Amino acid sequence: MTGAIRQQMSGFTATYRRELNAYFATPMAYVFLAVFLLALGLFTWEAARFFDSGVADLQPFFAWHPWLYMVFLPALAMRLWADERAAGTDELLLSLPLGLPGLVLGKLCAAWTVAGTGLLLTLPMWLSVNYLGSPDNAAIALTYFVSFLMAGAYLSIGAAVSALTGSQVTAFVISVVIAFVFTAAGWPLVLSTVQTLFGTGFADLIARFSFITQFESAQRGVLELRVVAYFLGFTATFAFLNCLWASRRRLG
Amino acid sequence: MLDVRSLEKAYGSKQAVRGISFAVEKGTVLGFLGPNGAGKSTTMRMIAGVLEPDVGDVLIDGKSIISDRRAAQAALGYLPEGAPLYNDMTPPEFLAFLASARQIPKAQRKDAIERTIADARISGVLGQRIGALSKGYRRRVGLAGAILHDPPVLVLDEPTDGLDPNQKRAVRALIARMAPTKAIVISTHTLTEVPAMCHRAVLVDRGRIVADDTPEGLARRSDEGTLESAFARLTDQVEEETL
Repeated sequence: MTGAIRQQMSGFTATYRRELNAYFATPMAYVFLAVFLLALGLFTWEAARFFDSGVADLQPFFAWHPWLYMVFLPALAMRLWADERAAGTDELLLSLPLGLPGLVLGKLCAAWTVAGTGLLLTLPMWLSVNYLGSPDNAAIALTYFVSFLMAGAYLSIGAAVSALTGSQVTAFVISVVIAFVFTAAGWPLVLSTVQTLFGTGFADLIARFSFITQFESAQRGVLELRVVAYFLGFTATFAFLNCLWASRRRLG
Repeated sequence: MLDVRSLEKAYGSKQAVRGISFAVEKGTVLGFLGPNGAGKSTTMRMIAGVLEPDVGDVLIDGKSIISDRRAAQAALGYLPEGAPLYNDMTPPEFLAFLASARQIPKAQRKDAIERTIADARISGVLGQRIGALSKGYRRRVGLAGAILHDPPVLVLDEPTDGLDPNQKRAVRALIARMAPTKAIVISTHTLTEVPAMCHRAVLVDRGRIVADDTPEGLARRSDEGTLESAFARLTDQVEEETL
């Protein structure tokens, strides 16, 4: 049993290292990190009026995470499989004695690491609110953790869709649309529309599957296993789809 | 060493390979010839485990590519058509990635990479990104990737395509050096290099084997006694038959 899992996961380390190096060997990771941090800062200060709230917490900062992830993380993930297909290196990859799950998770985790680095670089924000007042640090730590898990869910969408096409642009556009559906399902505007059309019960169901709803419950500072399970389960589901879609190449 | 058993593959309604079988023993270099679209690359992809055959099986060093794919792939070195490579890596990084992916024990990795760099004659370009290399060097880096784990079976799809005469000679010399200890299948368009490089020539057309002979024997099948005229006659003949 463990032997079988080890075989399926063979190639994880090699793939993870290769992909992580590929992000930093080109300007890609640096550009991503710079623009992501710039956008996050801009939205937090200008749009959410971080200083005007008069409360020392990171709520205006976290509120933007789902929306920025929705656009930025598919951009980070779009190359993972589409690029291999365009360059023909997927043929090289499939001729290696590796298990597909190891390849899929290796690639996903490399992108996840870059996203995590972006999150780590926002720590000065956390230090700032501690300087300004006395925020609920446990709640902030928890929200950071759940935000990291949520990043994995967004990336898993991008990576899986990237396995469907040889074009990075197509992969990006489709991923953002799917990500928007899962994000905006918790948006009051969408929710109230759904409520009028299909009733409260259905609206509740939709809201329960929304990233924003799940993420907001983390911001209340209570660690709910349900939320952790939701994001990990979501990521696992799309990683599984990723395996399926990447293995279609073997059928010709 | 390599046993290809009645492979068949269709892309949609187009039958690309219709029952190809051959076996290659250690010490043999087999030239896999045929016009474009004859099914050469499709066959080689199926041998490499990149593409699943509709019918048939391939045994590499006794292991089935269908039921024991990873063991079969571990015994195979494969150079895909056009030698696709990761442009953002340097040759040593690329070889280190393959060594890790092929699970070569850590203690042997350095030796294997150094030996391969020497064999493929790429020591002059180690610091450059693969994307910046000339076509000849790219091909040699691809070859280096195929022989890194010293596999008993090698499948090389057009290893000399697009190389200048000197580079072609270097690749032929490398193949000749490896020939005694391996079973090697090479596809090529350059018929003139077949007698110098291959012990045996398999000619395919429209997904079928139309001739399986020594290069000399194949050449004798035409009136002019050259491989080129035999190639033209055997592949044209089939075309007339189907018309």
